[in-house]
Amino acid sequence: MTTTLINIKAEQERVKEQIKAQGLRVLVCAGTGCVANGSLKVIEKFKELGVNVRPMTQQDKVTIVPTGCHGFCEQGVLVVIPDLDVTYVRVKLEDVEEIVESHIKEGKPVERLLYVDPKTQEHVFKNEEINFYAKQTRTTLANCGEINAESLDEALAVGAYEALHKVLEKGDSDWVIEEITRSGLRGRGGGGFPTGMKWKFTAANKGGKSYVVCNGDEGDPGAFMDRSVMEGDPHKLLEGMAIAGYAIGADEAYIYVRAEYPLAIHRLRVAIKEAEERGYLGKNIMGSDFNFEIHIKEGAGAFVCGEETALIASIEGERGMPRPKPPFPANKGLFGRPTLINNVETLANVAPIILKGADWFSSMGTEKSKGTKTFALTGEVNNTGLIEVPMGTTLREIVFDIGGGIRGGKKFKAVQIGGPSGGCLTEEHLDLPMDYDNLIAAGAMVGSGGLVVMNEDTCIVEVARFFMNFTQNESCGKCVPCREGTKNMLKILERIVKGKGEMKDIETLEELATAVKDGSLCGLGKTAPNPVLSTLKYFKDEYIAHIKDKKCPAGVCEAMKTITIDAELCKGCTKCARTCPVGAIEGTVKNPHHIDQSKCIKCGACASACPFKAIKQS
Amino acid sequence: MSSQTHAGLDYSKVDEILASYEYKKSNLIAILQKVQEVFRYLPLDVMTYIGTKIEGLSPATVYGVATFYAQFSLQPKGKYEVKVCDGTACHVRGSMPVLNAIHKCLDLKDGKFTTEDGLFSVETVSCLGACGLAPVVVVNGTVYPQMTADAIKTVIETIMGEERGN
Repeated sequence: MTTTLINIKAEQERVKEQIKAQGLRVLVCAGTGCVANGSLKVIEKFKELGVNVRPMTQQDKVTIVPTGCHGFCEQGVLVVIPDLDVTYVRVKLEDVEEIVESHIKEGKPVERLLYVDPKTQEHVFKNEEINFYAKQTRTTLANCGEINAESLDEALAVGAYEALHKVLEKGDSDWVIEEITRSGLRGRGGGGFPTGMKWKFTAANKGGKSYVVCNGDEGDPGAFMDRSVMEGDPHKLLEGMAIAGYAIGADEAYIYVRAEYPLAIHRLRVAIKEAEERGYLGKNIMGSDFNFEIHIKEGAGAFVCGEETALIASIEGERGMPRPKPPFPANKGLFGRPTLINNVETLANVAPIILKGADWFSSMGTEKSKGTKTFALTGEVNNTGLIEVPMGTTLREIVFDIGGGIRGGKKFKAVQIGGPSGGCLTEEHLDLPMDYDNLIAAGAMVGSGGLVVMNEDTCIVEVARFFMNFTQNESCGKCVPCREGTKNMLKILERIVKGKGEMKDIETLEELATAVKDGSLCGLGKTAPNPVLSTLKYFKDEYIAHIKDKKCPAGVCEAMKTITIDAELCKGCTKCARTCPVGAIEGTVKNPHHIDQSKCIKCGACASACPFKAIKQS
Repeated sequence: MSSQTHAGLDYSKVDEILASYEYKKSNLIAILQKVQEVFRYLPLDVMTYIGTKIEGLSPATVYGVATFYAQFSLQPKGKYEVKVCDGTACHVRGSMPVLNAIHKCLDLKDGKFTTEDGLFSVETVSCLGACGLAPVVVVNGTVYPQMTADAIKTVIETIMGEERGN
């Protein structure tokens, strides 16, 4: 049967004309971060004040476009007006009128709403001149923040479904797999497994029913790139899934999204519905004989479901527990059928690779890690947000150029990379090109790309305890070494931060770490000890300080604090004694008071109550 | 059969939900989510009911799934569900003092997570993906960014004030 595909170029021209007719486009970020900062009200206000205005650019009208995440969440609400070459940050409801009256109508920029460079203290107009964006290479995130995520037309205008069209036109699934293999794309969910190889393994079982599953269970605390893609450019993900489906011979797919991302779920539903209605998904896609149906499955709050076999169990409606491999999902996955599982960021790379070619993709990155990687840059840096850089970018460029350095002029201490499965990198790694293999060698991993920057005031032992508490909570309980091992490691770490550790605890921690790594079925257990091992490797002295000297060098661990009353400054007002929740303060009126250290719980309530600043914490 | 009442619970809604998901085993999680939306928790009797209605499931399996996922609660949640994010970014920027302030403000002690009047329930969640705004607290879907102990107190007191007004 011969089929005629739609003319996608003509369709693109049509929607581009439509967008041109919108006149001056005002892009207001409507990602989770900016919505929390009140962007929906800002959008309403713009619509109320701006649409009937005649802009100074002589365009016919003004159109307000709610977009996906720009990544610079901390500076939200972000308002970008491309035709006026301007990006406004921290826009509040009451600022809208001034932007409309002064800039859109009169052409006078509102300087106070421009981004201020933390180094030069100068105002910056254009997005690409803000240091946060200047050093980025945005491919997976290219359209996030540029288009209305709830409009298929806007997605088509920036090239959505063009790659799928190319694939359908060529009609050669082997070519698709070859192209993905040649590009060198590796799984962006953490493991770094070559994507092309995974596709090849699954395609080998062609014939019967197979499935594509997109892993959108972004559970790593501190990472939100997948959320941004799903919210900001959902069609790019859907297109990547359809191409994967074509390559492996699947006509049905699931996106598993964690329930904590309601906006992402909503935008995906809107996108799937519109794409199906207009023939970009569903039956006879773009006039071909290729059918592809995508369902959404909501998670229910279990970190372990990020592991592929656990995720499959969860889609099937069961407890999300990992299954032994083999059989690999490529042979026997969802409902017992061959299944291809890739994460959101991996699949978002597919359409650009098909469209621009494997050579384009492999020209970026390092020898064994090609392309770009998104990182969620958070913690104690000046510019926090979502970034995308070529693989091999150094930590220094990320933290000091894009991130604008450490907040409040403090000293860089370490970054925790890869969340609860990753490890930490210190000053000695600042110039290390970051890719899969270099990070593994340094005892960390790319993981999902969470990058939490810590300064001298962060206690590294407490951070290790935090991650162990997380994995211990999230361990599904199937493998005893993981279930009991993480629990005992946590107990030891809790003891250490409470000042009750012993030197042999360090050895026990290392021993348990090996047992948990070796004795666990899935990635959760195999990587759970990493934060402890890597902090022990680089910050052993801090552990020792906690254990031997009963001191927390960062001054974080409450149990190590000593609170004392300066007898010279104390006027005997009795306020502290009355405030103390455990009755640890003794003294009589008008005489200096005294803290019984054996009773004190170091809560610091007395210090905030003292009117004479006589209470010191050290 | 469609609208039987057991232990004061309206089962007709459960039947509707089961029907809309075609009594399918693989839809169990979605079914439990919808049921929890209706009752604000998963009553034991309802779980048993679901376990007997879907082919291939037992009440024990339903209970097993319900207790596996953090989202499901076997105790009633409050009218206002307060979720304090304790993801890495929020933790590093001080989510624990915020949580303590909420506990103090609502007089929640000894592991209790719902207030006496059923107005508030408080839980921690791992990462809501709003890391750039850390620390965040979500109350019934509304995200409150860059929280401090004082700021969250104001949020809660405002809600309490509105409730008293009603």
